[in-house]
Amino acid sequence: MKTRYSAYYALPYLFWIVLFVIAPLGLLLVQSFNNIGGHWTLANYQTYFKSGTYLRMTFNSLWFSFLVTMVTLIIAYPAAYIMTKLKHAQFWLMLIILPTWINLLLKAYAFIGLFAQDGSVNQFLTLIGIGPQQIMFTNVAFMIVAAYIELPFMMMPIFNALRELDPSLINAARDLGANSRQTFMKVIFPYSLSGVRAGVQAVFIPTLSLFMLTRLIGGNRVITLGTAIEEHFLVTQNWGMGSTIGIILIIAMFLTMYLTRERKGRGKQHAK
Amino acid sequence: MGAIIEFKGVALTYGATEVLKAINLTIEPGKFYTLLGPSGSGKTTILRLMAGFLQPSAGNILFEGQQINTVPPEKRKVNTVFQNYALFPNLNVYDNVAFGMTIKGKSPAEKAAKVDEMLHLVKLDGYGQWEISELSGGQQQRVAIARALANEPEVLLLDEPLSALDYKLRKEMQRELRSIQQRLGITFIFVTHDQEEALAMSDWIFVMNDGKIVQNGSPVDIYDEPINHFVADFIGESNIIPGVMKKDYLVSFLGRDFENVDGGMRPNEPVEVVLRPEDLDIVSEEAGKLVVTIDDQSFRGDYYEISAHDDDLNQWQIQATNPVEIGQRAGLYFDPEDIHIMRLHEDEAAFDARIEQYVEDEQDEN
Repeated sequence: MKTRYSAYYALPYLFWIVLFVIAPLGLLLVQSFNNIGGHWTLANYQTYFKSGTYLRMTFNSLWFSFLVTMVTLIIAYPAAYIMTKLKHAQFWLMLIILPTWINLLLKAYAFIGLFAQDGSVNQFLTLIGIGPQQIMFTNVAFMIVAAYIELPFMMMPIFNALRELDPSLINAARDLGANSRQTFMKVIFPYSLSGVRAGVQAVFIPTLSLFMLTRLIGGNRVITLGTAIEEHFLVTQNWGMGSTIGIILIIAMFLTMYLTRERKGRGKQHAK
Repeated sequence: MGAIIEFKGVALTYGATEVLKAINLTIEPGKFYTLLGPSGSGKTTILRLMAGFLQPSAGNILFEGQQINTVPPEKRKVNTVFQNYALFPNLNVYDNVAFGMTIKGKSPAEKAAKVDEMLHLVKLDGYGQWEISELSGGQQQRVAIARALANEPEVLLLDEPLSALDYKLRKEMQRELRSIQQRLGITFIFVTHDQEEALAMSDWIFVMNDGKIVQNGSPVDIYDEPINHFVADFIGESNIIPGVMKKDYLVSFLGRDFENVDGGMRPNEPVEVVLRPEDLDIVSEEAGKLVVTIDDQSFRGDYYEISAHDDDLNQWQIQATNPVEIGQRAGLYFDPEDIHIMRLHEDEAAFDARIEQYVEDEQDEN
């Protein structure tokens, strides 16, 4: 009896999943096989693989996501490591989380204010005698802003993984003769890898489809898959092609998940 | 034999908290030592100071005569078996045991030989390729011991290593640890809050309370001659009664005089009298030196634990091989040497001097 009742509690969630996940995915898949006139076709996929533009765009997306992931990882890992050693770790974590509560667009506009021709950064550069530079609409500007926005999502899982690391493992490594560098390589880093994986997933996947930033900060010089989808749905109205790229994006996401999955332990049954 | 580890006035303070207060101790090579005390008494702190995870706020730690206060753990010739084992979960048994040798860059052949030897020592032959998660608690414990010993330490530190095991396994590991220590001939320093464990395994026990070593000695010494109320109570169950030492070899408690074997105190000095439950015999009312009324008894397998009260309403714990009747009045009999006397506020040095003194007196008499 009990199980039958508790099954009802799952209903809202099931509705949600069906309405907002499964149905849209189905529609997207069907749509991707439609041409602009609404007829069944494989042309969208042919176009995707034949025209160099889309492949280049995909490569661009992957490349930028990779760079953003790397930059955030390089900044986040040492920062998270130091944070676990600080007295007021919770306070510092709060400071990291705080910016994620602000709308993405607001943060983008704030960066426009900083990077613009007469923005604060250029004023400073003028002051120290370098003179104003073109910062907006460059790949570097896009990278900086994307990394800034994604940083907390890299930092939090790494911080948690490092904090959960049993300190007696570190003591054990030291006790067995490992110096602090060897302890880091043999114990701390391997055991925080789960956090690194989660961080990579949380940064790489959303960055694949970042699109507003590419326009506001990158000045549409950086065309990612996200930008292409937006253009097809809103500007060229070619929903079929947009859906096709959407499907490609989903495949890319699953690929990333697969590549960064938790490897099963080598545990095997023994004959003892 | 020279000391392998010495503590000279070692103290440790965290802010205003004194965790250790001027500890002096000497560890000789090849013996099994136990640091025994309740939680928070500072015993694990001493172990961490020896391992190098903590540095003393005052005093000196010497290893084979060299001061090692600030030497990091990886440079010390001691290894630790941690309370929660601290095995590396992503490495299998072999790699865990070989960890120290891998760090030192030993050759694969050398590693394999040593790992086999160590696994044999802890009776885990053939378990090399097992994952840590596939092992039982007792097996993990053995791996932890093998891993520490594979580093060939001169001193092995064991931080309450048996506390997570069930009673039977704990007994078995106690015997095994003792035999491993005797076979290897290295020094073991074992931390526990279990007095039974300490008495069973050690050559020498340090009883700790509140950041100080209260008493140290062989298990028999500490059991037979506890220095004060705390030790008497902590090492086994005790009946502790206030009394007066009228003169040498005559003590008065519960309104009667008893002949005993202690001396070297002021005439009519107030003392505490310790009578161990197993030293008390239940006899008939007339034959007993004291008369009690039985309150309760519980069967403990090899003996009955009996609680009783005397006419002054003091509680008594008695161990007897035969059952008694509840509510029955019975006599308690004990020999003069069963009466242990503790002076109030006597420190260890004075205690040792006095014991020494009256042992010599006794020898003179003989």
